[in-house]
Amino acid sequence: MQWETVIGLEIHAQLATRSKIFSSSATAYGAAPNTQANLVDLGYPGVLPVLNGEAVRMAVRFGLSIGARIARHSVFARKNYFYPDLPKGYQISQYELPIVAEGALEIVLDDGTRKRVGITRAHLEEDAGKSLHEGLPGVSGIDLNRAGTPLIEIVSEPDMRSAQEAVAYMKKVHTLVRYLGICDGNMQEGSFRCDANVSVRPKGQEKFGTRAEIKNLNSFRFVEKAINYEVERQIELIESGGKVVQETRLYDPDKGETRSMRSKEEANDYRYFPDPDLLPVVIDDSYIETVRSQLPELPDEKAARFVRDYGLSEYDAGVLTASREFGAFYEDVVQRVGKEPKLCANWVMGDLAAFLNKDNLEIGASKVDAAALAGLVTRIVDATISGKIAKDVFEAMWESGESADAIIEQKGLRQITDTSAIERAIEDVMAKNPGQLADYRSGKDKLFGFFVGQVMKATGGKANPAQLNELLKKKLAG
Amino acid sequence: MAQSLPEPTVAALARGLAAGRYSAVELTRACLARVEAAQPQLNAFITITAEAALAAAAAADAARAAGRAGPLTGVPIAHKDIFCTSDVRTTCGSKMLANFVSPYDATIVSKLAAAGTVNLGKLNMDEFAMGSSNETSHFGPVRNPWDTARVPGGSSGGSAAAVAARIAPAATATDTGGSIRQPAALCGVTGIKPTYGRVSRYGMIAFASSLDQAGLITVSAEDAALLLGAMAGFDPRDSTSVDSPVPDYAAALDAPLAGLRIGLVREFFEKGLDAECEARIREAIAVYEKLGARVQEVSCPNLPLSVPTYYVVAPAECSSNLARFDGVRFGHRCESPRNLTDLYSRSRGEGFGAEVKRRIMTGTYVLSAGYYDAYYLKAQRVRQLISADFARAFESVDLLLGPTSPTTAFEIGAKVDDPITMYLNDIYTIGANLAGLPGMSIPVGFAGGLPVGLQLIGPHFSEARMLNAAHRYQLETDWHLRAPAAFA
Repeated sequence: MQWETVIGLEIHAQLATRSKIFSSSATAYGAAPNTQANLVDLGYPGVLPVLNGEAVRMAVRFGLSIGARIARHSVFARKNYFYPDLPKGYQISQYELPIVAEGALEIVLDDGTRKRVGITRAHLEEDAGKSLHEGLPGVSGIDLNRAGTPLIEIVSEPDMRSAQEAVAYMKKVHTLVRYLGICDGNMQEGSFRCDANVSVRPKGQEKFGTRAEIKNLNSFRFVEKAINYEVERQIELIESGGKVVQETRLYDPDKGETRSMRSKEEANDYRYFPDPDLLPVVIDDSYIETVRSQLPELPDEKAARFVRDYGLSEYDAGVLTASREFGAFYEDVVQRVGKEPKLCANWVMGDLAAFLNKDNLEIGASKVDAAALAGLVTRIVDATISGKIAKDVFEAMWESGESADAIIEQKGLRQITDTSAIERAIEDVMAKNPGQLADYRSGKDKLFGFFVGQVMKATGGKANPAQLNELLKKKLAG
Repeated sequence: MAQSLPEPTVAALARGLAAGRYSAVELTRACLARVEAAQPQLNAFITITAEAALAAAAAADAARAAGRAGPLTGVPIAHKDIFCTSDVRTTCGSKMLANFVSPYDATIVSKLAAAGTVNLGKLNMDEFAMGSSNETSHFGPVRNPWDTARVPGGSSGGSAAAVAARIAPAATATDTGGSIRQPAALCGVTGIKPTYGRVSRYGMIAFASSLDQAGLITVSAEDAALLLGAMAGFDPRDSTSVDSPVPDYAAALDAPLAGLRIGLVREFFEKGLDAECEARIREAIAVYEKLGARVQEVSCPNLPLSVPTYYVVAPAECSSNLARFDGVRFGHRCESPRNLTDLYSRSRGEGFGAEVKRRIMTGTYVLSAGYYDAYYLKAQRVRQLISADFARAFESVDLLLGPTSPTTAFEIGAKVDDPITMYLNDIYTIGANLAGLPGMSIPVGFAGGLPVGLQLIGPHFSEARMLNAAHRYQLETDWHLRAPAAFA
């Protein structure tokens, strides 16, 4: 039987507000336990939540960037359950009336086709604290620094059909929230994480299969692996006569498998009801228009502009707009060079990206900045050095931090464009290799490359390749 | 009983302090002597803060000497033990919080302290404000000063008993379904529950957040006006507090009542109201007519649904509000918990009393999957209808008058085993909470030797008009100045 996978994601993105969603405590990551939790975060008797307007503005930014409907009236609700890291015994979230509804994003599949992924809703909520077990034998510690950190939960439609699509969608959201400046996207610190709802059904069947929810996936790789494992598990289960049960599962990255956490029957009844401590969030058109006017150029718009203005392929434009900083770096290089945007793109996506990757650096920390890279590309464009030599120059720039021009001068890498010098080198090589010359002239065209190589060797790679080709052809022909 | 206070009302005491007839320290000593003397009989206080009170009184005298006295400087009051205070424990009448000291002061505690009042201590109450007789308190029942075999009403029973016995000139209180007005009626004192949102709820331990409102129990409407002005106002820490200016309630007290349109809610007089109580209510209405008010009957057909509506909404909210009492961060924790579930169930099982548990369970039930629509959602719809009934009534009248409670104070123990009968005590008061309206109760005489209260309900933010109407009545009568003989 042919099976089809159906995936929906619930992405939790921590909003980059300075204070918490309902209290004035700081949200900075990594502070000593419980130093960023005030009485509101601790759920003390008598305290009340007060909504942070910045969190609302960020949610609206997100909603507008996915073409969603912004609710003029949204409501905070209480999700009730007991857990030590949930001080009030309920999480303040949005339930029936979320602030953002009915949006979509477009992802590009491996074969280049575009696919729309619907976003059912995005709602504001507070994060819980953390339970700590390491280094605390016999007891559990509670750190409430994270309690009350604002989150936006982005719930997709079950529109994805493979783990690859799910990852592409998650990356798209990841890029978007960072573009918008509403989330730092740091997955290791848990600022950006997701739950995946996964089911399978016979190809052609309309009805969805029973789904399992895989909780708390905090890397793209885990999302892909967990989904693939889960799909295989479900298919094997059904094919061997079993039934998938609706349940919550956890992914174990060490074992590379998912395992059951709790079944539907064990699931909490959250007893949602509107939080009487908070007024409905009422948003008017002028507020929305103000937020809209403050939106940055979004990744898709930027990529389209790169294709249009710089003649880049869609693929290249997609890579260069994967982060706001990357795109800005590229445009900085193009503007400084003033031409050859495709060549600039190759350098940013090629050598620069490779070196960043090698040293595990973000683009903002690149050892070769946009001005320096533009200096190098300019020397290729004006034929001072060849593209091949430029690679060596780039490496030297990366190591030393010096400019392209300084390295070209120091190492004498300036390209030889003097016709007579190249001719002299050609004549020399011809004289030293009479046998090959005879063979070439008797029809062995392939030996042309041999002569190019010998001349390049003789000139230390500095001969202008175009000139060399032309002169060599002439000389060899006799 | 210790020597009586030099004057019965806050207004008169404030004048006495201003005139230097006695110091704040002398007045506070007099109050504390009465507090101590009455405590074995009434059990009105959970915690008496004599030392802090005398220090505050000395500070008030110093402020007066320095020319920095305000109208309330040096006036002793007491707080219902639902308001968080950082200098002394805040128990909410529960074993759960028997040793809980709040790290902060409730907004109204700070405001009244800033106004120069002196806090005598923390007043007894039904556990977590759940009760109508003050019998659910972990610290024992409060007794009615008019007859110590009887309840003072609840949940602000300590507040009402203390003011009625003239041991505290005034007391803060809270009202979720009648918890200010009903004990005020049963103890023969004045009680005001302001409009929802008029007074900050920050630092007031939540029972049912959409209904809870802080107010006052005083001897007179004038006293209520003076203190409410110091208590009310927007609080940036309470999103449900309303950002509108606080009128000068005292300045509006004397306005004539000629032309005041009074409505009598037909449904309040239909059944269940004790005949003698009704007679006192009718006599009070006659006083208003004499003062120039025009009285007409109005109907609020959905009002009889207020008790069942309330007993869905309030428990629902309470089941969630009381989830934070889990033995983890503060409050009662059971001995040697075996695991997390054991910690929760035993800490809560031991810390909460029967009535609180009953309401948590009711609330959990009505919010559960499959029942939410039938109970919680339906109750919210009925709540809208009740609000609409009031709104319609206020198109033709300025104030509604009626009984506060169907009977006078009943005997301790008479209704403890019958929660439904107990709940019906609040049948006349709950409507104002469901609609967020301000309400008052003022003493209008006696039935069988026990006080009877008249309830006033006004449109949102009509406290000034309501206090004015109550004050004009109190200028014509002296019921509010009657004190129980045993505490004279």
